[in-house]
Amino acid sequence: MRWRIVSGDRPGHPVATALLLVLLVALAFAPFLFPGTRSVAAAARICIFIVLAASYDILLGYTGIVSFAHTMFFAIGAYGVAIPLANGWIGWDAVLAGGLGGAALAAGIAAAIGLLSLRVRKIFFSMITLAVASLAQLLATQWRDITGGEDGLTFSLPRILSPAFRLLSDPVLGVRIDGRLITYYLIFAVSLALFWLMLRIVNSPFGRVLQAIRENEFRAEALGYRTIVYRTLASALSAGMAAIAGALMALLLRYNGPEATMSFAIMVDVLLMVVIGGMGTLYGPALGAAVIVLAQYYLQPGLQALSDAAGALPLLPALFHPDRWLLWLGVLFILIVYFLPAGIVGSLRRRSRA
Amino acid sequence: MTGAKARPDWAPYLVLPVVAVLALPAMAFPTWLTLTVAGAAMGMMLFLMASGLTLIFGLMDVLNFAHGAFITLGAYVAVSVLGRLAGLGAADSVMLNLIALAAAVLVAACVSGAVGWAFERVIIRRVYGSHLQQILITVGGLIVAQQLVIVLWGPQPLQIPKPAALRGSFIAGGAAIEAYRMVAVALGLLIFLAMHLVLNRTRIGLLVRAGVENREMVEALGYRIRRLFVGVFVAGTALAGIGGVMWGVYQEIVTPAIGDEMTILIFIVIIIGGLGSVTGCFASAILVGLTANYVGYLSPKLALGCNIALMVAVLLWRPRGLFPVAKQ
Repeated sequence: MRWRIVSGDRPGHPVATALLLVLLVALAFAPFLFPGTRSVAAAARICIFIVLAASYDILLGYTGIVSFAHTMFFAIGAYGVAIPLANGWIGWDAVLAGGLGGAALAAGIAAAIGLLSLRVRKIFFSMITLAVASLAQLLATQWRDITGGEDGLTFSLPRILSPAFRLLSDPVLGVRIDGRLITYYLIFAVSLALFWLMLRIVNSPFGRVLQAIRENEFRAEALGYRTIVYRTLASALSAGMAAIAGALMALLLRYNGPEATMSFAIMVDVLLMVVIGGMGTLYGPALGAAVIVLAQYYLQPGLQALSDAAGALPLLPALFHPDRWLLWLGVLFILIVYFLPAGIVGSLRRRSRA
Repeated sequence: MTGAKARPDWAPYLVLPVVAVLALPAMAFPTWLTLTVAGAAMGMMLFLMASGLTLIFGLMDVLNFAHGAFITLGAYVAVSVLGRLAGLGAADSVMLNLIALAAAVLVAACVSGAVGWAFERVIIRRVYGSHLQQILITVGGLIVAQQLVIVLWGPQPLQIPKPAALRGSFIAGGAAIEAYRMVAVALGLLIFLAMHLVLNRTRIGLLVRAGVENREMVEALGYRIRRLFVGVFVAGTALAGIGGVMWGVYQEIVTPAIGDEMTILIFIVIIIGGLGSVTGCFASAILVGLTANYVGYLSPKLALGCNIALMVAVLLWRPRGLFPVAKQ
């Protein structure tokens, strides 16, 4: 009965359940458990990337199609919030209109790409999303008047969310109740709600049809499901969710630019999160997001230490240079696709079933 | 195959001349000639880079997202080779200049092919049959390869010394035509012809074409298509390396992102041409090159999206590309 709220979709293994509960508690009380601007920002990043990775999983894990435009949708949401706020329309209505408008635009673009490419071949979808994403990246850097070009847009938030705002004059449990904290809890609440919504969606009849199409497209089609329509809807849904995650990112950073939300490195991160956690489990990408965000905070200093330790040896310092962290993420990615294709949660599930 | 007298499909062959003729009234003739040669040269280089990818896909249903890494590799090898042969490249002799370029092309082809062979063994061999895993693993391979290039050659853009004789341009029909573009066109045509001959006149080519049409049938007849595929993969990556040399020398500057930028164009080319079709790849590469040059001249702002618009238009007209391969 307790699992009904998430449509009976259990993590599937006591270890996975425990990890997820720890993650949930840690995120829910992050500002009190880990005070400090840097760690609260890390927690907020984890929340946002949970939504981003989970929405990508709807596509990759539940529908079995690979998109390279997910960061484009992420960026559309972020620009949706950034553009009105940076142009002096500072208010809740601007945040709401920007975020939802961005989500609607993202879903529309995703639907158009889906209808055009999925009609032919699944693999076209991957190639075309790559092309469209690169076009969007060019647009974002070139269209200076609107997007601020490479420099991006810096803006201030509605008063309640700005760091200078104090809700209570006295700290609670040693933590100041200021705009930063309110921003964090806004991000946490929206992320939690979206994640729950996605859990409900993938376990709905609609989600089951997506999985049926992933497993056997021909049979699903023969049963009378219009696979293109379902896949396109999944793609639009996933894009809309990514855009809302992007809007949250803009609120967190109070800035948006091509590097912050659109870079290929973020796309790689998202792929890693989903694959490490376990494709098609939704809980897995949530764990994956936490792992990768934390790793990023600690990988670069670790590489610096290795690079220094390698000292005067040839080539090694270059291999462990902190800017080469993407190299190691790539190696990790290949190893996981080889040796742990079901990811953390998928492997645990398999073990508990055996 | 239906009936003995399938009606020949002429429409895709008309696309190229129609685009070229449509562009003519919009500009003066010498400009048109310059742009057409530039477009054809760009198209030839695109063809070099894309032909391997389309064959690899057609034969084994493998889409290699890391193909761009071999372009980058080729371009960087050219930097090293032409840097060593600076004396030959700067010499006042067309012959010596061409030898320097040919050396770069050969070395790049060998290096890319060798790395391609290793890549097939280590990365691709284990994920046959699963598109999802292929895309994931080749993206991983792409990231690693790209970062290794940065480790070896550094992250900063590098100059490629273009051989002296190929720097200038000459006047023909009132239009200035860059010498290097003619070399690119000649090399592209040569390789297209060689490929055409190998595919249509040799036993191996016959097997490759048969494999593209129906892999199981060829295997059932006792041929080891896996071995054939390794050959095609190595040849395809070697061609990507050659394309990387030509494109890098054309740009005269190489950055670690050079392969990624081209990958997107190459995907557009092979989608338009019809996945698996070499003729389609050739025609669509030139189509993309011409359109990019015409639109870039007429309206530079639209140049960004014109390739994607072209692809959308072709897909709406012919969802399987201009020259669809018979299977499926």
